[in-house]
Amino acid sequence: MKYVDEFRDGELAKIIAANIVREADPNGHARSPLHNPLVKQLANRLSPRAGKSLVIPQAGRAQRGGRSQAIESLRESQFNRIYRLMEFCGGHTHAISRYGLADLLPASVRLIHGPGCPVCVLPIGRVDQAIRLATDQGVILCTYADTLRVPASDNLTLMRAKAGGADVRMIYSTQDALKIAQAYPQRQVVFFAIGFETTTPPTAVAIKQAQAAGLKNFSILCNHVLTPAAMHAILAVEGGVALDGFIGPAHVSTVIGSQPYEVFAHDYAKPVVIAGFEPLDVMQAILMLIRQINEGRAAVENEFTRAVTREGNTKAQALVAEVFELREAFEWRGLGSVPHSALKLRAGYAEYDAELRFGCEYVAVPDHKACECAAILRGQKRPQECKIFGTVCTPENPVGSCMVSSEGACAAHYSYGRFREVTQ
Amino acid sequence: MSKPNYTRQLDFKNGRVEMSYGSGGRAMAQLIDELFARAFDNPYLAQGNDGALLPSATGRLVISTDSHVVSPLFFAGGDIGCLSVHGTINDVAMMGAMPLYLSAAFILEEGFPLADLKRIVISMAQAAREAGVPIVTGDTKVVEQGKGDGVFITTTGVGVVRDGITLSGDLAQAGDKILLSGAIGDHGMAVLSQREGLSFDAPIVSDTAALHGLVAAMLDSGACLRVLRDPTRGGLATTLNEIVRQSGVGMLLHEAAIPVHQPVEAACEFLGLDPLYVANEGKLVAICAAEDAARLLEVMRAHPQAVDAAIIGEVLEDAHGFVQMTTKLGGRRIVDWLAGEQLPRIC
Repeated sequence: MKYVDEFRDGELAKIIAANIVREADPNGHARSPLHNPLVKQLANRLSPRAGKSLVIPQAGRAQRGGRSQAIESLRESQFNRIYRLMEFCGGHTHAISRYGLADLLPASVRLIHGPGCPVCVLPIGRVDQAIRLATDQGVILCTYADTLRVPASDNLTLMRAKAGGADVRMIYSTQDALKIAQAYPQRQVVFFAIGFETTTPPTAVAIKQAQAAGLKNFSILCNHVLTPAAMHAILAVEGGVALDGFIGPAHVSTVIGSQPYEVFAHDYAKPVVIAGFEPLDVMQAILMLIRQINEGRAAVENEFTRAVTREGNTKAQALVAEVFELREAFEWRGLGSVPHSALKLRAGYAEYDAELRFGCEYVAVPDHKACECAAILRGQKRPQECKIFGTVCTPENPVGSCMVSSEGACAAHYSYGRFREVTQ
Repeated sequence: MSKPNYTRQLDFKNGRVEMSYGSGGRAMAQLIDELFARAFDNPYLAQGNDGALLPSATGRLVISTDSHVVSPLFFAGGDIGCLSVHGTINDVAMMGAMPLYLSAAFILEEGFPLADLKRIVISMAQAAREAGVPIVTGDTKVVEQGKGDGVFITTTGVGVVRDGITLSGDLAQAGDKILLSGAIGDHGMAVLSQREGLSFDAPIVSDTAALHGLVAAMLDSGACLRVLRDPTRGGLATTLNEIVRQSGVGMLLHEAAIPVHQPVEAACEFLGLDPLYVANEGKLVAICAAEDAARLLEVMRAHPQAVDAAIIGEVLEDAHGFVQMTTKLGGRRIVDWLAGEQLPRIC
């Protein structure tokens, strides 16, 4: 495919892989990767500004989060160390699994699948709410596709609710939901708005359009969540977290820019490299992260310069800010209640809030006791270390959030990678 | 000369299916006469009995049946009519059989336009004629409006297998080669691209086709064929997982060897789908002994329906029954059963 294939080139992947091995292997006898003209060319093509990272001045910041200490320990441990890198986004998890990237990496580089999968982090109680709207209130519930399978209470999913007679419709865009609202003026139409910063602007647009069109039968069940808040939740664990750096979000960053991640480099001394969703993007970002770690740096770098700037899409940000405001707290599957981690409609748009319109309150439902999703999302455990992985909990019958979508850590490992446990 | 039982001809321009067309009365007889019998026209159907009396055939018999529900009914490259003929012919052919006869049963929804029905029936008739497999018996029922999706068609095919040929999903052996007759995902994406609420312009045409000619050529090659399957619903990935389970083996595929047309790849990318799980209606997978693979590939490529045929992998010994794949990037992954329906990802 035009424009995409060059980021999926197997030969170039091997070259980056070789450089990762050299970089992650301090006893390596190979030349510096930058002497290789092909790599240089690739590095330029992937990221013309890759060399100019957004290094944050270290002076005066040491008191925050023990940064200098952290860097010191990074330097000490750089030999024979393990590189524990979290790809936050489900899109990256998907690319890593889909292309089998783990096979191209040395054993010392361990990828931890993060919580950036919109349907995975949706708590049971939120899906219950949507199902209640469709069954008890008789609304037409419009939803993005892979939300249909998310397990809710009573062994239900939206798909099963649909089979039981609820009017649940799969849509591809918020515009479809508006069209349905216009086509059925006698019915209430609720859009189940979920997702990170990538899907929030289209919801904001739909609200503005509904207002302009005077649509009285359209509302949203707002579950839009915020990436930086989730990253905070992962890092702010007592006793530290088993992570050395982040592969930063691709599409989310096109909207919010790279600036919001700088705090993680500052306060937690964790390098962040924003990467595109193509396999070579991910490989290059891993290389950039390992270099930072080896050099004892913690900065926000941008591999995805073809789409991401430091400021992001300010127009989209302004629109989102106009329509939405922060929730005090929001419950995430796997992470629990996280302060200021989600959005709700501002008072001026309250009439489009389905929770208010239908008096449909959120009731928290605890996750399964045996489920290790929380530890897996923090990188403390691997999917295969969970007792119910692959037995009680499978993609057909997911128990925990990470098994729900193919982007989730457990589902990705189950669907794409479980042969590794038996063949190695 | 006796008078016909009805005086006014069916209105194939503006008419619609009525409940009476399935009631067994005159209206039904008229629909059969003016539409089905005329379009499918063959001596067995003309017998006009409850069943078709067929001449004796030599060889073991194969029978296969398939119901067709597709939305939209008409798509680039075909419609539910020709699809229902090709699908069943292919199921018979995948058993190594020469398909001989088809039956067709229609469930029509009250209010369905007769013009569309005629178009579908003519497409079926044409597909059957081109394939040389007559539709020798049939049935029509009508359901009330809202209880059907326009039209559902069930076809059953009968064929014969000549001596010495035994194909079965449980015969794959470690060391065998896996061959694919051409690019995957065309049918599924052609249908999806025209689905309501999703229509996008893409030069994607369904690959729906009857494959018994190709199968005959492959069988004539003398290659040691063990399994033939058409990767329809669930796509290539599902078909291979079925074979792996039946045969108690594993497989290793090579992504770079699996042909996918660019527009299909792009549309899948756009919708967050994987072409490995997208339906085909004119492709087949063959598993044959390794030593015969090159010869079989040559025969396939010489046939107009398999010019892009490729060897896409090998059968392995594997107690876990994994279908694995080396990716274009050089990594490895599982190509698993589909969990539920393939649904587009959010971001």
